[in-house]
Amino acid sequence: MLDAKIPQGSLSEKWTKYKGSVKLVNPANKRKLEIIVVGTGLAGSSAAASLGEMGYKVKAFCFQDSPRRAHSIAAQGGINAAKNYQNDGDSTYRLFYDTIKGGDYRAREANVHRLAEVSTNIIDQCVAQGVPFAREYGGLLSNRSFGGTQVQRTFYAAGQTGQQLLIGAYQALERQVALGTVQMHARHEMVELVIIDGKARGIIARNLVTGELERHFGHAVLLCTGGYGNVFYLSTNAMGSNVTAAWKAHRKGAHFANPCFTQIHPTCIPVSGDHQSKLTLMSESLRNDGRIWVPAKQGDQRPPNEIPEEERDYYLERRYPAFGNLVPRDVASRAAKERCDAGFGVGTSKQAVYLDYAAAIQRYGKAEVSKRNLGNVSPDTITQLGKEVVKEKYGNLFNMYEKITGENPYEVPMRIYPAVHYTMGGLWVDYELKTTIDGLYALGEANFSDHGANRLGASALMQGLADGYFVIPYTLGNYLADEIRTNNIPTDHPAFVEAEKNASDRINKLISINGKQTVESFHKRLGKIIWDKCGMARSEKGLKQAIEEVRALKKEFWSDVRIPGGINEMNPELDKAGRVADFIELGELMCLDALERNESCGGHFREEFQTPDGEALRDDEKYMYVAAWEMKDDNWQLHKEPLNYEIVKPSQRSYK
Amino acid sequence: MQHYSMNLKLKVWRQRNVNEQGHFETYDVENVSSEMSFLEMIDVLNEQLIAKGGEPIAFDHDCREGICGMCSMVIDGRPHGPWKGTTTCQLHMRAFKDGDKITVEPFRANAFPVIKDLMVSRSAFDRIIQAGGYVSVNTGNAVDGNALPIEKDKADDAFAAAACIGCGACVAACKNASAMLFVSAKVSHLALLPQGEPERKQRVVNMIAQMDKEGFGSCTNTYACEAECPKEISVLNIARLNREYLDATLSAD
Repeated sequence: MLDAKIPQGSLSEKWTKYKGSVKLVNPANKRKLEIIVVGTGLAGSSAAASLGEMGYKVKAFCFQDSPRRAHSIAAQGGINAAKNYQNDGDSTYRLFYDTIKGGDYRAREANVHRLAEVSTNIIDQCVAQGVPFAREYGGLLSNRSFGGTQVQRTFYAAGQTGQQLLIGAYQALERQVALGTVQMHARHEMVELVIIDGKARGIIARNLVTGELERHFGHAVLLCTGGYGNVFYLSTNAMGSNVTAAWKAHRKGAHFANPCFTQIHPTCIPVSGDHQSKLTLMSESLRNDGRIWVPAKQGDQRPPNEIPEEERDYYLERRYPAFGNLVPRDVASRAAKERCDAGFGVGTSKQAVYLDYAAAIQRYGKAEVSKRNLGNVSPDTITQLGKEVVKEKYGNLFNMYEKITGENPYEVPMRIYPAVHYTMGGLWVDYELKTTIDGLYALGEANFSDHGANRLGASALMQGLADGYFVIPYTLGNYLADEIRTNNIPTDHPAFVEAEKNASDRINKLISINGKQTVESFHKRLGKIIWDKCGMARSEKGLKQAIEEVRALKKEFWSDVRIPGGINEMNPELDKAGRVADFIELGELMCLDALERNESCGGHFREEFQTPDGEALRDDEKYMYVAAWEMKDDNWQLHKEPLNYEIVKPSQRSYK
Repeated sequence: MQHYSMNLKLKVWRQRNVNEQGHFETYDVENVSSEMSFLEMIDVLNEQLIAKGGEPIAFDHDCREGICGMCSMVIDGRPHGPWKGTTTCQLHMRAFKDGDKITVEPFRANAFPVIKDLMVSRSAFDRIIQAGGYVSVNTGNAVDGNALPIEKDKADDAFAAAACIGCGACVAACKNASAMLFVSAKVSHLALLPQGEPERKQRVVNMIAQMDKEGFGSCTNTYACEAECPKEISVLNIARLNREYLDATLSAD
């Protein structure tokens, strides 16, 4: 049984008590301790910057050409914090409760409470860095609503919140680079973890420009490498987002938790054809004002604007009157799939529903008329004023939609469909964010701990920055305090030599296969298997088939993949091949995990386990645990961490 | 929206690495759908090249939703191609028609050396930020976010400047390869906010010094940068930068 090392005491005092009693490292010793940070998204940049500020020697790595380009940059809608600036009943407890409930009672209470506690510090820190959050005319910070909550606690910067937060963290990081506390290695990818006497002591990184393998020592290693959504090939992740660093750690003994908990986001631009390389999210914030509907009649061919009000089915408002269009993502996605499967879908593929702004434009237009005291104006003026307000709130998202689809969303409803977006599963970590390997930590989306079986909107940014700014600076010290006597281990140590040899053997093996099929074609096939059988709906039969298919695909990959170019040069196909090989192994584990969990919860929907009205049916008796998988000789063994709910009483989630 | 298919001729810059001489190669790409993005069209071409035993074209890209700033390319003489306010990854093939011949080159500037084919190094931008593009505040010292109200107009202007994605199109568009739009966007973002005030003078001086050191050219006010910026960052920021710089260098403390 896994021990998460949750501190004793009442839930709301655990973190305070922990901080008050945790071991410290004095400034002179900090200067001697080296820390490796892999990944420079919100979690990685904030951790590297904060640890550098504290005086540690940090080496940070990213595969992009600059740390500022990590995929956190693409987060659109916002970041949650229990500030209660709106005086609408928010509190630390409320944010904690919403997150636990939103996660369908599969997250760890103590971690989530800590997250809610530090959420307010994040906003203060970011404001101090000069992050230009949206403000009201009085000069104070503005808020909006996100799914699964009934308060307004989401802070935002237009539809570019992730960009602004990451630039803030990136600037803090570059400041440390200038001060010499952080050494930055861009265009580098971690390809092996180095373990010495049971402790993580470094990494082998591949310089993606020259192809050279490099050895880097660290007293501790932090993986801040994001999620694994690209296992589905098509997702809202960046093209380079991958599981490789986490997977190398998994292969070396770090348990991988809840891999089947993946989030399918309800509002994305639908697939347009076989050429499609990625999917684009339309922020959940659009559900604040947009209304989702399908025609009430099956196969209705009329253009949306010609379908009268009474012949539309606003199915979320109909099924979930209390939360309406703002139900959590898993619920909204399944509801869209249900309508499309039943033949009510729209667009050429019939795999889409409408997200309509007509009502919001009228509402905002009328509000402007009264705010500006314009009196009697024409309907056109109202529409025009309404469009201006919508443009200010969501302009960049509307532009993006128009660029991709060629349609004007101010005039015709957007067509949207669910797409893979986020992965709640990840490396298993304890309360201190430490994996099952001593000295190896996982932060942000790369770990599993805070979102249970479904993440609420605007909580990923919160968690990434919480882990990096406010959690790891404390918990890492608790480990490093005992490492002050460990001198830097020279990288000619046999463990480094062996790790580098493993990495180099694998690269040589990949390139020498010299088969017929491209890396891309394998990735597409993997994605199709996982999407069809381990996507929005899963079944025992489908999962068993998927496992067979993935195993066969793995064999085929390792005997027939073609990788052009050489090893000692910039070779993007080789980089991609290594990542796809890891995704194939992960794909099998995801199906195994989904098969083992004979219940439905959050984003994990097993067709065999649903309520009469099609909602997820949990089995708390048997499955109220974290499934942590250990890899042994290319096979997996399941370990369980039981979840004890001391404060929240798990119940059937209801958004009705 | 009517979709259509087209056949294209692509003239693409190929260069093995920074030390070797580059050259143009011409490729035929058939059955390109108007619904594809420009990068998806290159994906298709690359799959064809690999199938024929050739080497795919190397290019930078990541988010493919116009925000990470990783994609580059000069398409028919314009950084990020023909659409206004659009990154290469968001450029879609309906911008072209059957039979078009399209020339694709890397961003060209001394400060952006070519890494391979269409990839360049933009690490000079990181070093400019290191010179002062931040507020010196350590984690954990912040006062309440609402302790200091900021005029909405100023906050909005700061945001508009901070929307820069650091792609380098401004440099590629400029006949002098000047980085003034990039630098001015960061200087403006922080100069407009009270948090940036204490380091305002040294920031602009240090960032300009680093910009010069990296080998970027001078600004001669052609506004090509603004015209090609995928985020439509305004040249008014350059005016503000000049004012900030004068103020910092001429005024006594």
